[in-house]
This record gives sequence, structure tokens and C-alpha cells, in this order.
Amino acid sequence: MKDIIFNVFLLLTVIPCFWVALSSNIVHAAFSLLITLFGVAGLYVLLGADFIGVVQVIVYIGGILILIIFGVMMTQRGKLLPLSIQLPGKLFGAVLTGVILVALILTATKSLWPVASVLGEPQPTSAAIGDLLLGKYLIPFEVASVLLLVALVGAVLIVRRSVRGE
Amino acid sequence: MPYSLPSFLVVSSLLFCLGMFTVLTRRNAIGILMGVELVLNGAALNFVAFSRFLEPSQTTSLLSGQVFTLFIIAIAAAEVAVALAIILSLYSRMKTIDVEEFKQLHG
Repeated sequence: MKDIIFNVFLLLTVIPCFWVALSSNIVHAAFSLLITLFGVAGLYVLLGADFIGVVQVIVYIGGILILIIFGVMMTQRGKLLPLSIQLPGKLFGAVLTGVILVALILTATKSLWPVASVLGEPQPTSAAIGDLLLGKYLIPFEVASVLLLVALVGAVLIVRRSVRGE
Repeated sequence: MPYSLPSFLVVSSLLFCLGMFTVLTRRNAIGILMGVELVLNGAALNFVAFSRFLEPSQTTSLLSGQVFTLFIIAIAAAEVAVALAIILSLYSRMKTIDVEEFKQLHG
């Protein structure tokens, strides 16, 4: 049963991913990215990471993807530019990523990972993650919050300056 | 594929490589941004898969992997906001987001 659900989410993740990489329409690519991100959220839940799954849906699908679609809409006036580079470069990219993919898959399948012999039942994770965030990982947590603030202010500043035409 | 650590690693390798292919071959700046998102998702999925399947140890909690995924998501959010600001700024200046056109710095 778990295998079947895993394979469903696997296909839901990987197939739209090809569309993101190969589609000639940027809007189709954006919506395929939405399905991929949903598939990854499903994989997180399947791994017992309920909190991360919900955060994935809220931040990626509710935030990042909306931003990307806004970006698409605000930059699509006028002529449609070709979405991808021409064939020689594309072939080079395909060969390069293919080699890396083969190496990664061989590493993933041939290595002896120190896997737990008995998989425990998934436990609720929110409380434990909260403990870690405000305990062991307090400094990275605070740095991440400052980073988000800086990104917020920086993004507004960059766009304002270009709108005023300086 | 069975529900096991190598299967999840294969999925995240696929996400990573398709994202890298997207970054390498897109001319549209927003397309490149989508590729970066795929790469980050592949890395984050790796962290969560390891936190689920590895042998628990006494000294460190396996949930650390999930905490790092949270940091990855936060950094992705910051990165997208700044990158889109730069893209919109470039668009208002150059009237295009084709990265082949951005060659002022090309010596």
C-alpha cells in the first residue's frame, strides 16, 4: 500500500518536472511546477514529515509560485521570446546533466547507507522541530529571520529604484 | 519503486538534474528561476529522506534534517523575492527578460 502511494506521488513529482524543463510555454511550465511542488509535499508527508509538508504547501505553492506567476504576467508584454537556447547548447546541457544524473543514481543505489533496520512509526514532529529551532538551532533561526527581512527590504528597494528610473 | 531510501534519493536526483538542465538551457530569466526551485526541492527532499531512514543515534536528533529543510525553504523564499525584483528591474530597463540580451558586462 505504501509502495503504491509512493509511486503515485513519485509520478506526480517527476512527470511535470520534465514539463518544467522542456515546455515551450512559460505559463505551462509554471503550472507544472505547481504540480511538482504538490508532489514533493506529498512525499514529505509520506516520509512522516507532516510539518515540513504543510510548510511546503504554504510557502512554495502559496508564496513562491504566486510570485513566479506574477513575474510571468508582468514580463510577458510584447513579443514572445524563445524560451530555451538552440540545439548545440541544449545538447551540451543534456549530456552534462545526464552524466551527473547517472553518477547520482549509481551513488544512491550502490552505496551502503546506515539505514535503520526497523522503521519506527512516524511521530508528530511539530513540537520537536519547535524545540530544535529555539534550542540547538537558535542562531541559524535568527539569522534566517534577519535574512528574510533583508530580502524583503532589498526587493522593495531594487524595484522602487528601477520604477523611479534612477 | 519500493518505499526505501534509495528510491527517494533517485527521485531527488531526478529533481536536481532536471532543475540543472532547466537552468542551463532556459533563456527566459523566470524559467531559470523555476529551475533553481527544482534544485532546491531536490536537496530538501534528500534531507527529509535521510532524517526518516537513517539509524537514530544518541547524540543528534534525526529531526535535524527536517530543520535544515525549513532553512532551505526560508532561503528559497528570500532568493525568489530578490531574484524577481532584479528581473522586474531589468525588464523595466531593457524591455526584455531574455538572458542572452544582458551582455553589458561582456568585455
